[in-house]
Amino acid sequence: MSRLAAFGRFWWDFVIGDDWLVAVLVAVAIGATAALAHSGVTAWWLLPLAVLLVLWLSLRRAIRSV
Amino acid sequence: MSTGNAFLVLSAFLASAVEMVEALTIVLAAGVARGWRSALTGLGAATLALAVVVAALGPALTAIPLNALRLVVGGLLLVFGLQWLRKAILRASGYKALHDEHATFAHELAEARGAARVERAGLDWYGFTLAFKGVLLEGLEVVFIVLTFGSAQGSISLAAAGAAGALVLVAAVGVAVRAPLARVPENTLKFAVGVMLTTFGIFWATEGAGAHWPGADASILGVLGFVVLSSFLLVRLLRRERRTQLRTVEMRA
Repeated sequence: MSRLAAFGRFWWDFVIGDDWLVAVLVAVAIGATAALAHSGVTAWWLLPLAVLLVLWLSLRRAIRSV
Repeated sequence: MSTGNAFLVLSAFLASAVEMVEALTIVLAAGVARGWRSALTGLGAATLALAVVVAALGPALTAIPLNALRLVVGGLLLVFGLQWLRKAILRASGYKALHDEHATFAHELAEARGAARVERAGLDWYGFTLAFKGVLLEGLEVVFIVLTFGSAQGSISLAAAGAAGALVLVAAVGVAVRAPLARVPENTLKFAVGVMLTTFGIFWATEGAGAHWPGADASILGVLGFVVLSSFLLVRLLRRERRTQLRTVEMRA
């Protein structure tokens, strides 16, 4: 069990890293892009703006914990 | 070569070079402190394990439909790239200490010299596992980047060529100087890799989600410009904030 937990923790650290909020917000932003695109609205602009916002939020969180 | 392919080779080269410089530091510490035979056997075993991962996952990834692949890979690269970019911005603005290859080498060397000697299969086990783990963990990031970049852009071989170029360069310089490559501008390279990963992540995740970029592949340049500009603005903002913070602390002291 501890090996399985260590394996899971390795992949969590590898992909998700220090801030889980980044992964959640990126998933939401991609979902919103897909929803807009499938309803026929131009959606390419959404992800770049979302990434800027996510980066800013994540930096603020990191600085608060310094 | 198209814009997308040129970026593919450059990104794979830069990301691989950064990880290989770190792996080289660990192998050097293992070799100097515990003997070269164990360190080089660890390096060889890890390289073999990584080759098996590439051989198993590479063909499997090419069988997935391109849009689904770009959605998943784009999302993963975005999360992965934002981690790199956040750390790079924190370093550049003074909130996080700069990565120092000399300090890492000294730390690894001290730990390796202090560990007890246990022989297994005629090898110093500490030296072997230190080199094996170091190369495997740093190498997994290279494999992840090469496979995801290559499969989403439709050419794993081009991404592998970029990584191979980095391997040859880092190995040649490592053998020549036999010291940690502390003069490599590692922090700048990490910033560049974070920018590249985030750029490709935005581009592919948007395409995978079903939206279309104006100008198709050429819009990667626009996305790159946006990510670079945003990153520099954030560094400037945070650097100013950090200076004000430090000045306030100095005045209070």
